[in-house]
Amino acid sequence: MWIGIGSIVMMFGSFTSAYVVRRAAGNWYEFKLPDIFFYNTLILLLSSVTLHFSYQAFKKGMESRYKSLLLATVILGLTFVVLQYVGWTEMTAMGATLTINPSSSFIYVISGLHAAHILGGIGALTVAMVHAWYLPFKPTARRRQRFELVVQYWHFVDLLWVYLLIFFVMQAL
Amino acid sequence: MSIIMTISISQTLTTYIFTLDHKVIARQFLITGIFWAFMGAAMSIIFRLQLGFPEADMGWLRPILGKWIMVDAAGIGKLDPEFYYALVTMHGTILVFFVLTAGLSGTFSNLLIPLQIGARDMASPLLNAFSYWFFFLAGVTMFLSLFLSTGPFSGGWTAYPPLSAVPAASDGSGAGMTMWIIAMAMFVVSALLGGINYITTVLNMRTKGMGLWRMPLTIWAFFITAIIGVLSFPVLLSGVLLLVFDRGMGTSFYLNELVVGGQIMDRVGGSPILYQHLFWFLGHPEVYIIILPAMGIVSEVLSVHARKPIFGYRAMVFSILAIAFLSFIVWAHHMFMSGVNPFISNFFVIFTLIIAVPSAVKVFNWISTIYGSNFRFTSASLFALGFVSMFISGGLTGIHLGNSAIDIQMHDTYFVVAHFHIVMGVAAFFGMFAGIYQWFPKMFGRFMNETLGKIHFWGTLVGAYMVFWPMHYIGIAGVPRRYYSLDNFDSFKHFVGLNQFITVAAILVFFLQILFIINFFYSIFAGRKMTVKNPWGATTLEWTTPINPGHGNWPGKIPTVQRWAYDYSKGDEEFIPQIVPLGKDEHDHGEGH
Repeated sequence: MWIGIGSIVMMFGSFTSAYVVRRAAGNWYEFKLPDIFFYNTLILLLSSVTLHFSYQAFKKGMESRYKSLLLATVILGLTFVVLQYVGWTEMTAMGATLTINPSSSFIYVISGLHAAHILGGIGALTVAMVHAWYLPFKPTARRRQRFELVVQYWHFVDLLWVYLLIFFVMQAL
Repeated sequence: MSIIMTISISQTLTTYIFTLDHKVIARQFLITGIFWAFMGAAMSIIFRLQLGFPEADMGWLRPILGKWIMVDAAGIGKLDPEFYYALVTMHGTILVFFVLTAGLSGTFSNLLIPLQIGARDMASPLLNAFSYWFFFLAGVTMFLSLFLSTGPFSGGWTAYPPLSAVPAASDGSGAGMTMWIIAMAMFVVSALLGGINYITTVLNMRTKGMGLWRMPLTIWAFFITAIIGVLSFPVLLSGVLLLVFDRGMGTSFYLNELVVGGQIMDRVGGSPILYQHLFWFLGHPEVYIIILPAMGIVSEVLSVHARKPIFGYRAMVFSILAIAFLSFIVWAHHMFMSGVNPFISNFFVIFTLIIAVPSAVKVFNWISTIYGSNFRFTSASLFALGFVSMFISGGLTGIHLGNSAIDIQMHDTYFVVAHFHIVMGVAAFFGMFAGIYQWFPKMFGRFMNETLGKIHFWGTLVGAYMVFWPMHYIGIAGVPRRYYSLDNFDSFKHFVGLNQFITVAAILVFFLQILFIINFFYSIFAGRKMTVKNPWGATTLEWTTPINPGHGNWPGKIPTVQRWAYDYSKGDEEFIPQIVPLGKDEHDHGEGH
């Protein structure tokens, strides 16, 4: 439980920072976000859905469904990171490079930091996969709690991205 | 023989170095903190010598400072101005972060949270050990930066851009700043790991009967401090991350078309004010991260030695909460002169002055606690009294500086230096000393020498006022802080004598702290042994453990808590420990509202 509280508190911390960072900005260079960021959001949301059902399957003792949905989540997560990278290259191609103006710099830094948190989540999911494939399948309370923490974290970084995207769009309006 | 040696060495390593026991980690934090306090104080003596005696020969420092003492043709050694700034910067960084944050919170949160709430250890002993080792590595990095050929970072402990963002801006802005950033990033990791652990431990690991309203005020203070830290340190980290991008990746978060070295920089549209906002969003809560644990310690020590319940227990808790909340919405009072909108300044002035209210509540409660008591004058309780004195003196000047109009004259002068040194430097140190003298027996099973302790107290109290009181005066006269030399200002010529006085007083205080360090280490090995479990007659749980508690704190079952922590002089009893059940007609003063 303490990891759960700990990570939520810590996430709240970085949340606050992101919030404050965006408040103080002048001299703004306007540009359109690449569409790929929006498609990508769907992918990330989908990954939360698969993870949710994987967790449900785990609780009900449906082993193969739990494993396959977990695998699907990891693949979707990795796809998200790759497509974020594609998004950044598109931004660069549009002329919104890292250094041209703080407006684009912020997007690189904030979405980059978010991608780093996604990678952390993929790390946690990888551990969950090792558990799924190498430990005997037993939905004990301890195993369930561990998995639950990973699920909570993943939903959190997912929602964080939705928040960031809405935030970027609102800024551009 | 050699096998036995190896085993005993490896046992020593696991007991004292790579330990997971919160009590040992607390001692590690404390001793590392003492090392850094010594370093920081020694730096201040060097720059005080420069300020007090700018004409004097500093050649005798060459064996320590080497090339930073420049010897001229006449054979007179002078302190390199660039290194003077580095000393000021390092003094600030070290004292604020390494000593008064890690040394204070790290020591006493680690020691007292499990012991006073009745837990066998922290929620995660492993993360706790990581917290110390990240702090240790941060210290090593900062220490190594002192030996760079270009010197450590020299742009002030606040690390404002552009000095911190442009590697070419000054000697210390290159490698020195890079190492500063690395050290601070590791420090933030340490603070977060520690803070998360403290919060979780207080929330989840309290023993049976230890309701939140039965916790000693120390625990309340550490708990709220940890929450402030976990919420504010990430903001510093994000501010520094943007700094890293500005330094290495060519972005313009904080930089614009500056002229550096005769050339216009290729940057557009950044604002150094953004950094100041981010920095002070941590920086102001940081001063409460420093002072709140000291307040908690002082509340506990005063109550124990006054043999009276703390006055207004709930008011104490609520004032901590109020201070914690307000600490997040006053950061721009550090930036009145940076061109923020005067209307916004009004907002920050009002909230800054409102902080005086919960602070005054605490001061009145401390005074009421000791009023009419049969006070026991020990080194610990004297330092607690000294804390109250310093906090009042420094707090009152805070009201001056919190006014944006008065701040126009005062800002960046020695008035500011005097204010924050008294209110969060000396005061926090006094809280820390009170805690060390009070819980030294719990940490090492021996007492510190009381005579030396009292000499240490009276000397430091008088000496600290001798150092910082005159600074108010020269500050009001407009003498700016951080200047290497005031020789070029005719209007400051008549402060030469005063500056010499301050320097001499600072050296006196420095030697008294060496006396403390000698007392500390001597007492670890040869102090008077503790023979009873509860030498101060305190009610809290840590004094129910054996004299030298092992890992796990209580040999048998964890005690259960039956009452609040401040039943002193109740009825016929001098004190009633928390483990004693409530009598038939008694009600609990903590929860029983």
